[in-house]
Amino acid sequence: MQELINIFVKSIFVENMIFAYFLGMCSYLAVSKTVKTAVGLGAAVIFVLGVTVPVNWLLENFVLQKGALTRLGLGEQFAEIDLSFLSFIMFIAVIASIVQLVEMIVEKFAPALYSALGIFLPLIAVNCSILGGALFMQERAFTTIGEATIYGLGSGVGWFLAIVAIAAIREKIKYSHVPAPLRGLGITFIITGLMGIAFMSFMGIKL
Amino acid sequence: MSDTQTLEKKKSEPLFSKKNKKLISNPLNDDNPITVQVLGICSALAITVKLEPAIVMSMSVLFVMGAGNVVISLMRNLIPSRIRIIVQLVVVASLVILVDQFLKAFLYDVSKQLSVFVGLIITNCIIMGRFEAFALANTPWKSFLDGVGNAFGYAWILIAVAFFRELLGSGTLFGIPVLGDPAAKTGLYALGYENNGMMLLPPMALITVGVIIWIQRAKNTKLIED
Repeated sequence: MQELINIFVKSIFVENMIFAYFLGMCSYLAVSKTVKTAVGLGAAVIFVLGVTVPVNWLLENFVLQKGALTRLGLGEQFAEIDLSFLSFIMFIAVIASIVQLVEMIVEKFAPALYSALGIFLPLIAVNCSILGGALFMQERAFTTIGEATIYGLGSGVGWFLAIVAIAAIREKIKYSHVPAPLRGLGITFIITGLMGIAFMSFMGIKL
Repeated sequence: MSDTQTLEKKKSEPLFSKKNKKLISNPLNDDNPITVQVLGICSALAITVKLEPAIVMSMSVLFVMGAGNVVISLMRNLIPSRIRIIVQLVVVASLVILVDQFLKAFLYDVSKQLSVFVGLIITNCIIMGRFEAFALANTPWKSFLDGVGNAFGYAWILIAVAFFRELLGSGTLFGIPVLGDPAAKTGLYALGYENNGMMLLPPMALITVGVIIWIQRAKNTKLIED
């Protein structure tokens, strides 16, 4: 249990997707003009990361890794097969299809949520933080699916916090005198850098 | 960007006509993928601590962009528009697997440094963005030039950021000390100069890019946002 909480806290604050790895920066910069849309996109990212990381964990551990096919119950002759070079294409296929699936399910069963997330869901397939989550999951070799799920959710929450915070700052900064060449993109970069420095104070937190 | 899309096709255009040259030169400044189109930031920042991985990353993106744009452009009349995202992802993913296997075989150390960021070329928005905005509507040669131009636009920002971060952060370029030896206090260090360890940390990459954008827009005033 403690290990799970540790992974959760670490993935939100210490290894924040935006501030430590710059993943998902494109949509982070493009969709952070107002808090409302930022909350929508952030929620969609939490959701998709929470679903795709465990699915990709299953794929990694039962199909791609060396010896994984044996674990799947296919017999000893598959023990030497290492399919990990296929992981990029498999992960991205899983992500693209899950996003499509999630979009259809949400549209059918939760129309209100669908109209709130609407345009953001399809965009998420190419959000670097989703594939990044899957690749970090592979690199860190989590031992149980619970850890992978918690990691996915935590990364999503970290991303959510970052985009909502920058959107709030950008709403306020409209009233400030920013030098003309820095307006818009430039100042957003610098603020994100300063926020990153603030987030560095979480470094080394361990439960 | 919109004017490149509406270019009318001409029958016999020289290989390096004025328009085609523009395809390469525009992304270097006026239409830079990172500082103007805001695409592909994710990977641009994380691997700029040192020059070497930044250059390897730029070359990888150059390869994937050039080849991917040509492939998509060749298939542009065959791809049903409903499933084009998946098709694009498959094309990029296959090219990235090639790059990844190549790096693992010949440049293992750099490939370890780049870690997940080679894989993340797949979701690099520059690539998807150029596929959508250009390769789906243009001939292979034009798309190739567009891909190469955008990859160079991406590369020079990456290399500039990496240059300053490595120089100010560790006092080296390509791992070779250029400012003297900090331990033995030679060169600049004899005058009391210190490496700024802050430059090695992730937030300074953002601030460096912010400053590059600032300089670029101060020189090129038509890029200023209202």
